[in-house]
Amino acid sequence: MALKTEEMILNMGPQHPSTHGVLRLELVLDGEVVHDVKPHIGYLHRCMEKHSEAMTYSQVVPYTDRMDYLASMYNNFGYVGAVEKLMDIKVPERVEYIRVIMGELQRIASHLVALGTFGLDLGAFTPFLYLFRDREKILDLFEITCGARLLYNYMWVGGLSHDIHPDFVRKTKEFINYFRPTVVELNNLLTFNKIFIERTANIGVCPAKEAINLGLSGPNLRGSGVKFDLRKNDTYSIYDRFDFEIPVGEGLVGTVGDCWDRYYVRVQEVEQSLRIIEQAIDQIPDGDVSKEIPRRVKPPVGTVYHRVEAPKGELGYFIVSDGSVNPARVKVRAPSFVSLSAIGQMAKGYLVADVVAILGSLDIVLGEIDR
Amino acid sequence: MSAEEIYNLLKENFGNAILEIVSNVPTEPIISVEPLQINVISQFLRDSNELQFDNLMNLSGVDDNNATKTTNEDGSVSSQGGTLSVFYHLDSFSLKHKITLKTSTNRDVPEVESVTNIWYSANWHEREAFDMFGINFLNHPDLRRILMPYDWEGFPLRKDYENPEFYEGMKIPY
Repeated sequence: MALKTEEMILNMGPQHPSTHGVLRLELVLDGEVVHDVKPHIGYLHRCMEKHSEAMTYSQVVPYTDRMDYLASMYNNFGYVGAVEKLMDIKVPERVEYIRVIMGELQRIASHLVALGTFGLDLGAFTPFLYLFRDREKILDLFEITCGARLLYNYMWVGGLSHDIHPDFVRKTKEFINYFRPTVVELNNLLTFNKIFIERTANIGVCPAKEAINLGLSGPNLRGSGVKFDLRKNDTYSIYDRFDFEIPVGEGLVGTVGDCWDRYYVRVQEVEQSLRIIEQAIDQIPDGDVSKEIPRRVKPPVGTVYHRVEAPKGELGYFIVSDGSVNPARVKVRAPSFVSLSAIGQMAKGYLVADVVAILGSLDIVLGEIDR
Repeated sequence: MSAEEIYNLLKENFGNAILEIVSNVPTEPIISVEPLQINVISQFLRDSNELQFDNLMNLSGVDDNNATKTTNEDGSVSSQGGTLSVFYHLDSFSLKHKITLKTSTNRDVPEVESVTNIWYSANWHEREAFDMFGINFLNHPDLRRILMPYDWEGFPLRKDYENPEFYEGMKIPY
């Protein structure tokens, strides 16, 4: 007599240590093999897009802070870039340089959280503590700049809220000198750790063609071997002036496009960000950072789609202006939103424990998904 | 390829389904198309050798806010007619060109073809547009609410949306 098997539905979350926020995954299982994953989101929905329609353009900036709360600077960067494109504002050179430096520091901080929590999901507790210790130093740099450690409201349409602190350049250089060797430390601790590789290599493999169709972006797309970075391929701000590499997944310990590749792309990107900061920090020109801030932000009638390479991927702002002081529509194309929608396709055929690894490797933030 | 060339190429292949190109805008030009032809047009945009739009950057619902509003006797405002639009921002990895498509649909019976079978990433964007604007994406594999609770009534991002007084019997205090 043949044994009858049937599919089982298992809920993961909403409160689960590895779901990076409040997320419920409905797993359809056959034994321990995943047949389908249906994410249920919306637990953190704060109606940011609806709120924006009642705000002036400048008042939307603090709302963007609260989307991807691990990379607030970059959310600001994208939003003000979109409004400036619509209004055709040319910001001063000094502002551009400071924005790039802040953006890259933020990328490092965001990647440190991503790498740390990824290890944490898989049971490696120690690297997480090391990485958070280093992230703290970046937050200190932000604190001397604008007073805030997490939600900055630092980049304004046409300029910045504050100029940098007199100590900022010196402290940033100190940070770079301190931080470079710790990447080696991370590699010894976690990256090439045998247990870690066993858990992540050949898991959640996503070939390049599929990754494009799923809409993956940023490190997730590059992990699949697609050499595409908006900073180089669709350049914005002043990124075309700096010399840096685009790391891609090469399948060093497994297959191209597995969890380990996505992880290792982030490690390499941290080093590239350091290179950009090093080049930019010595070139900051003098100037007034609030000179070009318009008294009244009132863009012409029209639409704009502006995308930037946020730490988690392609962050796009679609703004519809009806010519008034309030935006008629702000739609945010959040990188995590699209990455999470792909998990059903990526986790198919793997085991329950691998879902945790795949989710961690996608580096999602629920604040950005639910907005 | 420039937006004008893409427009001409589409016009050649689809004729009346391609409505117009608006290029006197501050940023990128927009090509308007018929909502019930968007699927075949998208298939062509992705698979044609000259275009190869393999990446859907963004899909966004918009309320055009062009309904005629009438004030009733009791002071409440009711709106009639008007359109809802969907914007598609496409990008090609290999050919490095971009295009914006727009399709407008009737506000009372908003129906647009789904493009999820062409770009998988459209899946959640379309669910969001359905959730916020009530746009019905035909042939979508799994059209449910995504951000709002499954039993929510109304479509919050429509311009005539009014905040409900109660949710599941609880008074909302504002």
